[in-house]
Amino acid sequence: MHEMGIVLHLAKTLDQTAEENKLTAIGRVVLQVGEVSGIMTELFTDAWDYFKVRHPVLKDSTLVLETIPAVTWCDHCKQTYETVKYGKTCPYCGSGETWLLRGNECVIKEIEAE
Amino acid sequence: MRIIQLNATVTDSNLRDAEALREQMKQNGTLLINLMSSPGSGKTTLLSRIIRDLKDLKLGVMEADIASDVDARRIEALGARAIQVHTSGMCHMDAGMTAAAWEAMEARALDLIFLENVGNLICPAEYDTGAALNLMLLSVPEGDDKPLKYPLMFQTSDALVITKTDSLDYFNFDLDKCVERAKKLNPGIEIFPVSAKTGEGMAGLESWLTQRLAAWRVRP
Repeated sequence: MHEMGIVLHLAKTLDQTAEENKLTAIGRVVLQVGEVSGIMTELFTDAWDYFKVRHPVLKDSTLVLETIPAVTWCDHCKQTYETVKYGKTCPYCGSGETWLLRGNECVIKEIEAE
Repeated sequence: MRIIQLNATVTDSNLRDAEALREQMKQNGTLLINLMSSPGSGKTTLLSRIIRDLKDLKLGVMEADIASDVDARRIEALGARAIQVHTSGMCHMDAGMTAAAWEAMEARALDLIFLENVGNLICPAEYDTGAALNLMLLSVPEGDDKPLKYPLMFQTSDALVITKTDSLDYFNFDLDKCVERAKKLNPGIEIFPVSAKTGEGMAGLESWLTQRLAAWRVRP
């Protein structure tokens, strides 16, 4: 399961952050998830709830997911368009010379902690 | 409560582990190759052929699967060092798991180690395992449209091995079209059409591997 692997890395990173900053408890964890990152948010939250109780510093944490819209750049006509709606083919000129600008990330933006 | 800004990619800790493992492998003079493909594309058959052909090199194989040890047994029967890794349900190998397998192998004298990743064209492409090279396999029966469906896998691979070319006559697989699609996603990708069964094309792939091993040992 893909989400499980990501959650494992997230928990590991937060454990390290807690140690480095001498934190005793982490509250809100704000995660930015790209529209085409392949992460199913419901599965992700379930996996988080499963793992957080196994990490003392995370046991009372809550996960807040923010979506980053996916945007693709067309190299042929030099315009950007919505990735989810049009995919790899540019809706303006029909070119396939297109590259994803953003939307596949999974970034820990900030955490609330004490 | 205070707010701490992190702005860290979730896979950052994996990237650090991967860099550390790559450095360790380099010091040791071992080239780690991450093999990725769908289930049934012929990873173990290809490796069996390479083990037989490259007799002068000491080869090792890490077999990553969700269950069973059939692949590791097949490889060991050929005389190569093999270790079976179970990913406990996970769809890919990450750098931490690869480092643990390398530790458990206790085989520092190996020249090449192949990491046979979990059969899957999606998630393995997203995790740096610490390998020096990423090699993907696409077998003829899977179809020439796979670059269109799994672009990231083709983008992250250093080489594409098109396997089972002895079956080209029986499938509507357009080799030229497949090469064109893969190059469009990744202009620098090396492409080797091979049949591990008949041996066709294997020499090209094997000489590329030995060249890469030599380069890995020379570069500072």
